Amino acid sequence: MDTLTAPSLALDALVQPDRARTTLYTDPALFEAEMKKVFENTWVWVAHASEIPRPGDFKTAQVGLQPVIVVRDRKGVVHVHVNRCRHRAATVCEVSKGKTSSFVCPYHGWSYALDGSLRGVPYEKGYDGDLDKSQYPLLSLRVEEYNGLIFATFRRDLMPLSDFLGGARKWIDLFMKQGGGFPIRTQGEHRFRFPGNWKIQLENTTDAYHFPLVHKSFLTAADSETEESWDIMNKGGYVEDLGNGHSVMVMMPELVDLEENLDAPIPEKFKALAAELAEEHDEMTVRRIVRAVGGVGFNLNLFPNLGCSAAFFRVLQPIAVDDTEVRHVALGMEGGPAAANRERLRIHEFFQGPMGFGSPDDAEVWDRVQHGAQGGRDLWVLLNRGLSHEEVREDGHRRSDVSAETGMRAAYAQWKRLMEA
Amino acid sequence: MDTNMPAIAIDLDEAMRFVWLEADLLDHACYAEWLALWTPGGRYVVPIEPGAEDFENTLNYAYDDHAMRVKRAERLTSGQSVSASPVARTVRLLSRFRLLSAGVEGCELRCAQLLTEYRRGRERMYTADLTFRLVRGADGLRIDRKVIRLINATDALRGIGYIL
Ligand code: FES
Ligand SMILES: [Fe+2]
Repeated sequence: MDTLTAPSLALDALVQPDRARTTLYTDPALFEAEMKKVFENTWVWVAHASEIPRPGDFKTAQVGLQPVIVVRDRKGVVHVHVNRCRHRAATVCEVSKGKTSSFVCPYHGWSYALDGSLRGVPYEKGYDGDLDKSQYPLLSLRVEEYNGLIFATFRRDLMPLSDFLGGARKWIDLFMKQGGGFPIRTQGEHRFRFPGNWKIQLENTTDAYHFPLVHKSFLTAADSETEESWDIMNKGGYVEDLGNGHSVMVMMPELVDLEENLDAPIPEKFKALAAELAEEHDEMTVRRIVRAVGGVGFNLNLFPNLGCSAAFFRVLQPIAVDDTEVRHVALGMEGGPAAANRERLRIHEFFQGPMGFGSPDDAEVWDRVQHGAQGGRDLWVLLNRGLSHEEVREDGHRRSDVSAETGMRAAYAQWKRLMEA
Repeated sequence: MDTNMPAIAIDLDEAMRFVWLEADLLDHACYAEWLALWTPGGRYVVPIEPGAEDFENTLNYAYDDHAMRVKRAERLTSGQSVSASPVARTVRLLSRFRLLSAGVEGCELRCAQLLTEYRRGRERMYTADLTFRLVRGADGLRIDRKVIRLINATDALRGIGYIL
């Protein structure tokens, strides 16, 4: 047995269906174990296809704590390689994104093709002909894509991505409708760090309960329509467990399917945009774009590291047991009107990022969770909100009200399954 | 422009004094006075990418017009924001001033800013290049654009719950 394998009895002491032990935020040994048992045994999101549209485009990312390169080769195939030279372990790329024809290690100059194969070894004579280059490609992960979302896994025998996403696929498709008739593309990102465990952020993506309180200052600063639309505790939303740790929190039921209700009145806040768009587009196109510009009315939490949140991607990157990086990736309409993409940028800047009107308040309370979790380590973190009225639907999914902790229960159940395996 | 005004180009001394005043107002939380330093169309910009120039069509950390500046100031004083209660204390030093261009009606000033923040037991430093576009109005200089280029802007930052 792997020494990191915690016996299930020990795991029962850590995670129950309606609660989790405080040490899940604070125990360095658990962190080390989950970086392998969770992140190296599941599908992990690494990129959106629009980040690497052309052959040679690459970005760097991480799977758990392992640095990886996501790259599109000459034939258009996406590869995910561990960013580690096969000679003596130096990274072969330290640029966050770019375009290249090969990766050359800066230490002794070993060079790798985009598909990871080892092409060149300087002063090869020194190996007297017994270095078989075919044996030393960059270590590659298995890669699969769903609707533009690129995932990778170290596991060759894991279920296909499409099965892993399962009940979440329908929600991904709905999320991508915010292109308003255009393909979705990324348009920049905010990166910020908070001194707390990654699961605190994971929980938050389906936590409607905190919104009216933590985001009071955002709601005050927002226009009255925006404030009304974010009155999510009172709009008949719900949270649903989608299986495999994924969940969706529907905050604004009227914004689930952006291709419906196209004849609804255009909100006051988008009237200027609609007028500008109307100069070059027919009414139906204007309505589609305007309806899509603010994003969807739900947060989709894909275990373990991606959130498709309203109008952006939220990417989780654990750094240490008490240190986490969060990326909020702004989305736009590829080939869409510049005015609409600008509107999306301004909406993103308003809430997100280290200087936004929302994210810093989130980061502050997560920091407080990590600090508070140093006390009462034997106590439980409660995840039972909305459990008593949770219903099991025909498709087997569990659903409860919008502020229920159903999504967190789903995530911790998946965490436990992976930690047990 | 006012015909009584002497046709003398803005010099380094005048520009320096003005941005020092701005720095002092921010460190001492005099937001009403700070808001009055701006032209009506002035922009406060904190870009992400080092080479960014087309701020309007690019994602920034902040891209504030007057209305957004007012909201940002209100957020720091309303007590509603948990990350701004209390607001971080800051001390900023501006130096290495250079006039990139100067005329009678306006100038462009570049300088360095070292800012130390303290809040809840943590002290952090943010270092930035500032570029001001200043214009001369009837009652003195006004900020038409302030661009704050943090040297670590592309890195993962901690929450910045104050005005840079
Ligand atoms: S470590 Fe890469 S070539 Fe030596
Ligand atoms: Fe939040």
